[in-house]
Amino acid sequence: MAATLNSKVPSAPIEEMWDRHRFEMKLVNPSNKRKFTIIVVGTGLAGASAAASLAELGYQVLNFCYQDSPRRAHSIAAQGGINAAKNYRNDGDSAYRLFYDTVKGGDYRAREANVYRLAQVSGNIIDQCVAQGVPFAREYGGLLDNRSFGGAQVSRTFYARGQTGQQLLLGAYQALSRQIGLGKVAMYPRTEMLDLVIIDGKARGIVTRNLVSGKVESFIGDAVVLATGGYGNVFFLSTNAMGCNTTAIWRSYKRGAFFANPCYTQIHPTCIPVTGDHQSKLTLMSESLRNDGRIWVPRQKGDTRSPNQIPEAERYYYLEEKYPSFGNLVPRDVASRNAKMVCDEGYGVGTTGYGVYLDFSEAIQRLGKQTIVERYGNLFDMYQQITAEDPYRVPMRIYPAIHYTMGGLWVDYHLMSNVPGLFVVGEANFSDHGANRLGASALMQGLADGYFVLPYTIGDYLVQATLEKHDTTHPAFKEAENEISALVKRLLNIRGERTVDSFHKELGRLLWEYCGMSRNAQGLQRAIQDIRTLREAFWQEVRVPGDGGELNQSLERAGRVADFLELAELICVDALHRNESCGGHFREESQTAEGEALRNDQAFAYVGAWEFRGVGSNPALHKEPLEFKYVTLSQRSYK
Amino acid sequence: MRLTLRIWRQKHAQARGHFATYRMDDVSPDMSFLEMLDVLNEQLTEAGEEPVAFDHDCREGICGMCGVVINGIPHGQHKHRTTTCQLHMRNFRSGETITIEPWRAKAFPVIKDLIVDRSAFDRVIQNGGFITAPTNTIPEANAVLVAKDRSDLAMDAAACIGCGACVAACPNASAMLFTAAKITHLGLLPQGQPERTMRVVGMVRVMDQSGFGGCTNLGECSLACPKEIHLDSIAQMNLDLIKAGFRRG
Ligand SMILES: Cc1cc2nc3c(=O)[nH]c(=O)nc-3n(C[C@H](O)[C@H](O)[C@H](O)COP(=O)(O)OP(=O)(O)OC[C@H]3O[C@@H](n4cnc5c(N)ncnc54)[C@H](O)[C@@H]3O)c2cc1C
Ligand code: FES
Repeated sequence: MAATLNSKVPSAPIEEMWDRHRFEMKLVNPSNKRKFTIIVVGTGLAGASAAASLAELGYQVLNFCYQDSPRRAHSIAAQGGINAAKNYRNDGDSAYRLFYDTVKGGDYRAREANVYRLAQVSGNIIDQCVAQGVPFAREYGGLLDNRSFGGAQVSRTFYARGQTGQQLLLGAYQALSRQIGLGKVAMYPRTEMLDLVIIDGKARGIVTRNLVSGKVESFIGDAVVLATGGYGNVFFLSTNAMGCNTTAIWRSYKRGAFFANPCYTQIHPTCIPVTGDHQSKLTLMSESLRNDGRIWVPRQKGDTRSPNQIPEAERYYYLEEKYPSFGNLVPRDVASRNAKMVCDEGYGVGTTGYGVYLDFSEAIQRLGKQTIVERYGNLFDMYQQITAEDPYRVPMRIYPAIHYTMGGLWVDYHLMSNVPGLFVVGEANFSDHGANRLGASALMQGLADGYFVLPYTIGDYLVQATLEKHDTTHPAFKEAENEISALVKRLLNIRGERTVDSFHKELGRLLWEYCGMSRNAQGLQRAIQDIRTLREAFWQEVRVPGDGGELNQSLERAGRVADFLELAELICVDALHRNESCGGHFREESQTAEGEALRNDQAFAYVGAWEFRGVGSNPALHKEPLEFKYVTLSQRSYK
Repeated sequence: MRLTLRIWRQKHAQARGHFATYRMDDVSPDMSFLEMLDVLNEQLTEAGEEPVAFDHDCREGICGMCGVVINGIPHGQHKHRTTTCQLHMRNFRSGETITIEPWRAKAFPVIKDLIVDRSAFDRVIQNGGFITAPTNTIPEANAVLVAKDRSDLAMDAAACIGCGACVAACPNASAMLFTAAKITHLGLLPQGQPERTMRVVGMVRVMDQSGFGGCTNLGECSLACPKEIHLDSIAQMNLDLIKAGFRRG
């Protein structure tokens, strides 16, 4: 298939593009809306906001999630905040500046048109959430409070203590619950999407497994929206929830949707270090901590003195020294890579040597303990709970961890994939963040997609598509159901000697080693070989206890790990082909004399969208060239 | 650490459950409680037995998915209130026997082993636990001022994670704390006023219909709450209910 990627970016000046385009898009007649059924998979910020908004418009909505309640989607765990260009602080912020920062922060690998629209609707998100009762932090005068976050030089981040994601999600969940109560949304919790069904070239439904009864079922609709989150758990250890997976987007990829920029993964600098083999996940500490905490390691390698006994002159504040203008607030990729560098060189702290200090003693002196309690109280408590150390007295120890995946299914300006009728929103798509996401921008994107973009663009599709009348007895559904039932049987019948987790952990270690913070051709080639071998071993040796007709958590995990084993290879293939450093993707072959990332805009200013060609066969690459009409390409510098 | 675990095993909702005993020899004090169960499950799988089913997701104490009764206490301890996923093994002693059970409440039927059905909570929210604010039909965010202290109190109540520990802790299996937390959160904000009466009436009706018990002011719920939702919110809810002129039969 000689597919070309049509991003469908309207031709208009960027500031007017979205408004004009909204006018140009076709509208669904209000009385016809209830005749359309839309399947929304996922209830995170993107999915819940989309499902609620679509139901409010009058569509019939079927909504799915794997947790026991839509309120538990992983968006709930976001701590730090959400960006919006409200310019409440009068510090020079604007949609244009947020757009500019996001394109630059993404290291010039995002589509300008989408990013501008994101910045433009960001303010509406805050209005929407406040109207729903989201208790954002406020000032004494009763106005909304803002803080500066993750390297931004304006204060545009809105927050609700350290629980911003929770409060935003509960707002969307409540809007969704209202629609469920009204009978406009049919909610299917504990239900996992295992396949996409395409009829006449259009996405028309999904096949699911009921996680309680094990029943494999089909659902038909007029469009399918995937809002299934990121694939960071391919690394096993990550800050994602345990159930986060790639299954929905991966199986859609295998049905023909293109996967864009899979190698763009983000490593977050401020997580609690690993303690041992039993470790099941890594806990993120909001990077807002970097606003007041100072990062350092002892100047002397292997210094085992307790941090409070190391005098000021013997501390190496490596970020402040190397990047005087941004200091501790350099973007995530830079902060993470530098932490890895100092630890690899032997300066790391803690029992494993993989940790650096994040020290609040100066901030406590300057601002008083009470202010620190107000700003970060719950994070400090969490740290103490996990490590049994008191961060008010001893500096925290932190280390980078996988946190976010910028890559995802390719979508056009309408957030539709190359498969007509398959829309992808939130972290599951590739858009907006380029090669690196700025702090507090994922929540913004999820809600922008779900509340303010998709509800318009999906209508334009529904009006124009010719959608034949079908039901779930159609052969395409039966075929997919049979494949899923066969897959379940196959997994259960291997009866090998190794547990699912043992494969997942091994895969994670491989990726972290060869396709983590720093990558090179030789390592990536080796990783691809090793992943293939591991995948073969999985299908020979895995043991999945229990059976398929019941609640079976080992089986759920096995299915997800099977997909991760395939995705991991694509991540490495993408990383290998992109012989430049950009954002979260650092290729050792492409760096400046000072060891900073070096982009190659001549060769790589494009989105790499991969087409599935069979497991173990090389996927086909499609390129969407990126044009920068508004932001001038320049090498990022935070010195 | 060496531990003996007594764990509730129940094949499915209709099956009869029983306690099974497992021994673990090498538990690290740095493990979380759920990581300890992971290790047990790896051992069971390797030995050809069925692992113990338990709910969990974020493992950061925020999604509210996890939760078991540990030695009679929901989420395991009163000292530092926390979720099961954030409880660490250093809080136990080597040699100890630990009893692990699912939430026990009529409105939360057991699905398998330690997993229960908490969908009744969702139904309570669906019947009024929201502010009607359809997408895009809304005023500018700073058009309505909210005093910081009220907003902070709203946030305290909004911190509820819906785990169900309050119900599990209550001898009457009452869901008053959960329901009241949402009513208090929304009732403290100006945006929540128009629907205040409808909200309390709707939510309390569904709460009662779902088989939760009544409140007898014992306060066990608040003591078990990992987010320290205050008992005052129940008083607030009752006040709203009286104002709504709603008499419960
Ligand atoms: C610890 C942490 C802190 C963060 N902090 C911030 C922050 O401060 N600011 C910020 O902007 N961003 C932050 N992020 C990133 C941000 O939270 C996420 O990118 C965002 O919430 C993703 O939202 P989503 O709706 O796309 O997906 P999710 O919230 O992950 O939702 C995915 C949904 O899909 C469902 N699902 C998945 N697979 C299937 C399937 N196969 N079948 C059925 N359902 C399925 C799940 O049940 C769930 O409902 C943070 C992320 C983490 C991990
Ligand atoms: S697993 Fe999310 S609160 Fe425990």
